[in-house]
Amino acid sequence: MKRRSLLAGTAALALTRPAFAATPTKVVFWHSMNGPLGDELDRLIARFNAAQSAYEVVGIFKGGYAEALTAAIAAWRAGQAPHIVQVFEVGTGSMIAAGPAVKQLWQLVQESGAPIKPESYIASVRGYYSLADGRMASMPFNSSTAVMWYNQDAFEKAGLDPAKPPATWPELVEAAETLHAKKVTEYALTTSWPTWIHFEQFAAIHNLPYATEADGFKGLNAELLVDAAPFVNNLQRLLDMAKAGSFKYAGRDSLPDPIFYSGQAAITFNSSSSRSALVKSAKFRFADAYLPYDPQVIAKPINSIIGGASLWTMTAPHRTAEEYKGVAAFFAFLGQPVQDAEWASVTGYVPVTFGGSDLMKQQGYFGKNAGADLPILQLERLPVTDNSRGIRLGNMPEIRIIIEEEWEKALGGQQDAKTALANAVSRGNAVLRSFQRSVGG
Amino acid sequence: MERRTIFGGRLLPAALVLPQLLVTVLFFLLPAGEAIYQSFTVTDAFGLHTRFAGWANFSAIFADPTYLAALARTGIFCALVTLLALALALLLAVFADREIRGRAIYRTLLIWPYAVAPAVSAVLWVFMMHPEVGIVGRLLNRAGLHWDYTLNPIQARGFVIVASAWTQVSYNFVFFLAGLQSISPAVIEAARMDGARGLHRFRTIIFPLLMPTTFFLLIVNLVYAAFETFGTIMALTRGGPGQATETLVVKVYRDGVVNLDLSGSAAQSVVLMLLVIGLTALQFRFLDRRAN
Amino acid sequence: MRTRTDWLAHAVLGLGVILFAFPVWLIFAGATQDAGAINRGDLSLLPRLSHLGIFFSVLRHGGADGKIPVWHMLMISAGMALGIAIGKIVISFLSAYAVVFFRFLFRRIAFWTIFITLMLPVEVRIIPTYAVMANFGMINSFAGLTVPLLASATATLLFRQVFLAIPDELVEAARMDGAGPIRFLRDILVPVSAANIAALFVILFVYGWNQYLWPLLVATDPRLDTIVIGIVQLIDAGSVLTPWNRMMAMSLLAIIPPVVVVVAMQRWFVRGLTEVEK
Repeated sequence: MKRRSLLAGTAALALTRPAFAATPTKVVFWHSMNGPLGDELDRLIARFNAAQSAYEVVGIFKGGYAEALTAAIAAWRAGQAPHIVQVFEVGTGSMIAAGPAVKQLWQLVQESGAPIKPESYIASVRGYYSLADGRMASMPFNSSTAVMWYNQDAFEKAGLDPAKPPATWPELVEAAETLHAKKVTEYALTTSWPTWIHFEQFAAIHNLPYATEADGFKGLNAELLVDAAPFVNNLQRLLDMAKAGSFKYAGRDSLPDPIFYSGQAAITFNSSSSRSALVKSAKFRFADAYLPYDPQVIAKPINSIIGGASLWTMTAPHRTAEEYKGVAAFFAFLGQPVQDAEWASVTGYVPVTFGGSDLMKQQGYFGKNAGADLPILQLERLPVTDNSRGIRLGNMPEIRIIIEEEWEKALGGQQDAKTALANAVSRGNAVLRSFQRSVGG
Repeated sequence: MERRTIFGGRLLPAALVLPQLLVTVLFFLLPAGEAIYQSFTVTDAFGLHTRFAGWANFSAIFADPTYLAALARTGIFCALVTLLALALALLLAVFADREIRGRAIYRTLLIWPYAVAPAVSAVLWVFMMHPEVGIVGRLLNRAGLHWDYTLNPIQARGFVIVASAWTQVSYNFVFFLAGLQSISPAVIEAARMDGARGLHRFRTIIFPLLMPTTFFLLIVNLVYAAFETFGTIMALTRGGPGQATETLVVKVYRDGVVNLDLSGSAAQSVVLMLLVIGLTALQFRFLDRRAN
Repeated sequence: MRTRTDWLAHAVLGLGVILFAFPVWLIFAGATQDAGAINRGDLSLLPRLSHLGIFFSVLRHGGADGKIPVWHMLMISAGMALGIAIGKIVISFLSAYAVVFFRFLFRRIAFWTIFITLMLPVEVRIIPTYAVMANFGMINSFAGLTVPLLASATATLLFRQVFLAIPDELVEAARMDGAGPIRFLRDILVPVSAANIAALFVILFVYGWNQYLWPLLVATDPRLDTIVIGIVQLIDAGSVLTPWNRMMAMSLLAIIPPVVVVVAMQRWFVRGLTEVEK
């Protein structure tokens, strides 16, 4: 196996250190991995540092994604940017517009000759962080996707088959109604990350455009398209379910998580990486399932998109070619199947390379963890179209918040789905135009 | 301020004031100046495409139909947080000032909440009040009270007001206590001997003597409510549901840190700053004289 | 001296303690329970006494990954908090003194310049402040942690209020006495402000203690991490289970030093320091 021997080769190199050891070039890596994720990242970094003697990566936790990015920007403006910064996926638009502040991955690879090949990365993962012409801008790292989680014990109690979760939205509505009627749990359905899942992921798997210009990949003058009929229908469906009592809107981001963990909701939507928290918190049998699709919109759903973060290389005055080589070497190390598989197995993120995914299969990880392959299979669905590569819009966090606000107003009975999304689009477009202006586009 | 001055000279006062002025100029005025300059530009996060934009950011703020609503919301929020925090703290301070057994323990326990880091206390509020998994929240719903601050705007507002006031009560308590301690016992004895009963004594003698402290706390509480509460609000409701708990400072944080719109958030901060300065100036004009 | 118990006071204060100190009890109870259970919402009011060892474990092994022990973070926070509290009190005391008692030309301007520092949120000026610090080479230094936080006017405002409230007789008497500025400061101002200085020390210590955003930006070396950074580091940024019990244990340890400060300052909260009879 080509890649196995690569690892063996690097290991061999480590054993035959030169007689004198020059001080390794320091590479500073600012990240947002805390808790057990931080532990695992430290182990990963330690493995890299031990495997070679030319570079030393120093990992530093810099707060959550938003704070770390602010810190990186402040540092860059002061000429003291770290070499690598971990940026959440919705910050990709800002980073791509960052011009000379970053060194995009393809350029790094070109200059350093590091063995990083785009083809080794899973298409939908790679696509999110690539330019329109396929060149990779940043290094995929911790990635997850959205799945549906359901409480198998509750399903059984309600007379539903715990091995057969609903596959389409009509089936989901029916199941929710049954669960609600039987009152097995307090609520039948809830969701975390409402806009990520029911707009962004919804658009991707149904091959619908979220915005013009190929979801923003092709230009800064993109406009939102979430007021199209399929989105309106889907939102109206959820609003109707909320009125009927079978769907419970429980807040934004991960605030609704505890409702499922505590067994008060039978079905939820969440990130695939919430598996590890589920394992430790839930006292019931659970399983993941593919995101439901609407057969009236598409007959065979395509891939979902990733969430998470990627690694960006930052520039600084007097930064040397050697330092950039160090960054590239570290990136290459991360892309090795062994490292990718290790990281994914321990953290619950999905492997980002085909090699890593295969290795995990061989190691029997998916056999031991039922359902852990589902997010990967969902990501690997083909074809990857302009609508399912990812979303490249500036000020994406703001757009998400706007949609959530309009949704919440609709829940309060102040407006219906059509008005809500019309408002969201007009407000969102204003945000996009202001971003376009700010980056001189 | 005129009657007070009893010393002349120029060198000594300049030397006394210099350390703080120096720190203020270097670490406040310079950065603030740059932030104000930024409010007149359109810029990207990295400062690579900065262009002068005149009043554009400011007119955008006032053209936004939701801004006035946010302004009103913020005003009500600040007023209620301040009132609640001051009233409760004064009540507790008055009683903690009395000569009772164990007052040192009471005082310590009542100052503790201020020592809890805001990030931690926000987490605790959620653990207590979450409609589905919170200790108290669950009880409220079971009792039939329909407690759900994630969907009900009025409940959400009440929740963030109470949570924000909670930390400030300890803060105010400390200063009210110090203020009460500074009142000469001779004055109180004289009043007592005059026959003034408790509540009357409080109203006519003690409270007026507390005015300097109250004035100070009024300003500080307003500033706290206007500027420092975004962490709590973000952790509890994120500004939702809809925009029910989105105060002006939450908007500033959202635009500045989450969206990296540095010039827009700078403009909003300048407006907020001018509003608070104006309010404070008014307080100085009308209350300062009476307070002293 | 009262001989009967003041029931009203106990009732009011007792209620106050329950309302305000209850969450602190929750932290203690939660620290001893299981993180998964807490995540589920099963946070019990009763601590599991068998798990009290978590406090020692956290103290020695650190919060997230055991790299930096918690006692080290507590030391950094303590140093920072002390520096800020003492620094702010000293410079504000002197400024307020100058502004209230000296007839000098730029008095009003000086006061308002200092005063408006209250009005601009730190988040807006954080990037330019970072740039200023970088120019002075103070990033990643202990001074960098403390000095910028000294620029705020709360203490100056308070001292101004206290000084303005000093009874005229006292000021007149000092003037008659021919007291020079230094003697006035030492014999009259400091004793009069004692209770407020104590109050300010407590408040400013806690303020410095609980700083998060600025130390996060300035401190790149993890050895300069404050305790609050350590705590927030444990709260979830992803979908991995937050170790709630360890986070609460750390939070409780983080409250102890400020409480020690409060208890130490109790001595100063004593009536009678204003008795400056000549």
